[in-house]
Amino acid sequence: MTTEAKTPLLERIPYQAILLGACAAIAAALLLGVDNATREPIAQRKMEDLQQSLAQVVPDDLHDNNMVAKPLLLTGTDGKEVKVYQGTKAGNVTALVWETVGFGYAGEIRTIIALDPEGKILGTRVLSHKETPGLGDKIEAAKDDWITKFTGLSLGNPPEDQWKVKKDGGQFDQFSGATITPRAVVKSLHAALQFFAAHKAEMLEVKP
Amino acid sequence: MSDYKRIAKDGLWDNNVVFAQGLALCPVLAVTSSATNGLGMGLASTAVLVMSNLLVSLIRQWVSPAVRIPVYIVLIATLVTLVDMALNAWVHELYKVLGLFIALIVVNCAILGRAESFASKNSPIPAVFDGLMMGLGFTLALVILGGVREVLGSGTLFASASLLLGKAFSFMELTIIPDYKGFLLMILPPGGFMALGFLLAGKRILDKRADVARERKAKAAVTPLTAGGAA
Repeated sequence: MTTEAKTPLLERIPYQAILLGACAAIAAALLLGVDNATREPIAQRKMEDLQQSLAQVVPDDLHDNNMVAKPLLLTGTDGKEVKVYQGTKAGNVTALVWETVGFGYAGEIRTIIALDPEGKILGTRVLSHKETPGLGDKIEAAKDDWITKFTGLSLGNPPEDQWKVKKDGGQFDQFSGATITPRAVVKSLHAALQFFAAHKAEMLEVKP
Repeated sequence: MSDYKRIAKDGLWDNNVVFAQGLALCPVLAVTSSATNGLGMGLASTAVLVMSNLLVSLIRQWVSPAVRIPVYIVLIATLVTLVDMALNAWVHELYKVLGLFIALIVVNCAILGRAESFASKNSPIPAVFDGLMMGLGFTLALVILGGVREVLGSGTLFASASLLLGKAFSFMELTIIPDYKGFLLMILPPGGFMALGFLLAGKRILDKRADVARERKAKAAVTPLTAGGAA
């Protein structure tokens, strides 16, 4: 008992345990508070980001609704949920936008694709990827105009067997030193067009 | 040399986080594919370093040595998460550029290193100053490394700096070598190691020269009381 009484406060086990516990509790409380305060604005910012990426592929004069508000929920070929954003003008569907994922050299390549009601590509952009800088990153609109060359194409144009990169006998350029990346993008866009063909009726129905 | 001068010289050169201590190399090599990225990572780390040094210094009397490391880790991780959430919510444009780096700061051992070796032994004002200087030294190292890799790798310097700093800074975006085909190796991680190696060697050479010059000076000033420069 006497030795314990002589131990300085800082070296006592209960003090250390309480100190550590108190630190963790304060940290948790702070995180909880700030998370609560920021959850709303962060969701808002994410929505704005989505609107911005939609605006890249669908011109403003093509729709008069808020495309983000009521996405159509469909089931993709891989069983996952696909959110399709409809652009409508005067009550008619004018644009359909959704995200399609390809698997490139270094993981997922997320692409956003916009189609008109006939299934022609209005525009497409790569949202995120981890491809090699300087080789595979030419799929970004900021680095190269490669991605813009898909505008106006559809499932039958070019013909089915031409929806490939040149190396595989198709019509799309690959990049020197990087074939896997453009191949993945072409494949995912082609899959998106097929997805549209399979769900055309549902997609063209205006959601009330 | 006054204390603050010493701290500044330590942070910026003598004890530079990257060039002298060799700390935080993982985030350093990962983000320095361009000078702009280096600057972003450096500034974000500086902000966290200043705050963590201040807090650690404020609570240093109550933290017992046995549990200090977990306490500092909780503190730094909390701080980084708070900064991350706040930036995401209220300065979203900046967050989109810096977002990647902020998460990397948690694994930056330089911050824990300064908390342990300086802030926990000094009062708040020197601790904040040390955090600032160490952070600036870190930023300097990252910008130099990023700059070397960017010029050699893609022929530009500070490309897309205006995204990070605002439109007013677009004058910083330079094309050093026009029509450059690019030297991919420098952008990839191996190029980072190579550039870092050469920079470390360069710093050693400069330090050695400074030592030699100091010794010569000491010899020239033939004062019997001073026993030459400290090597």
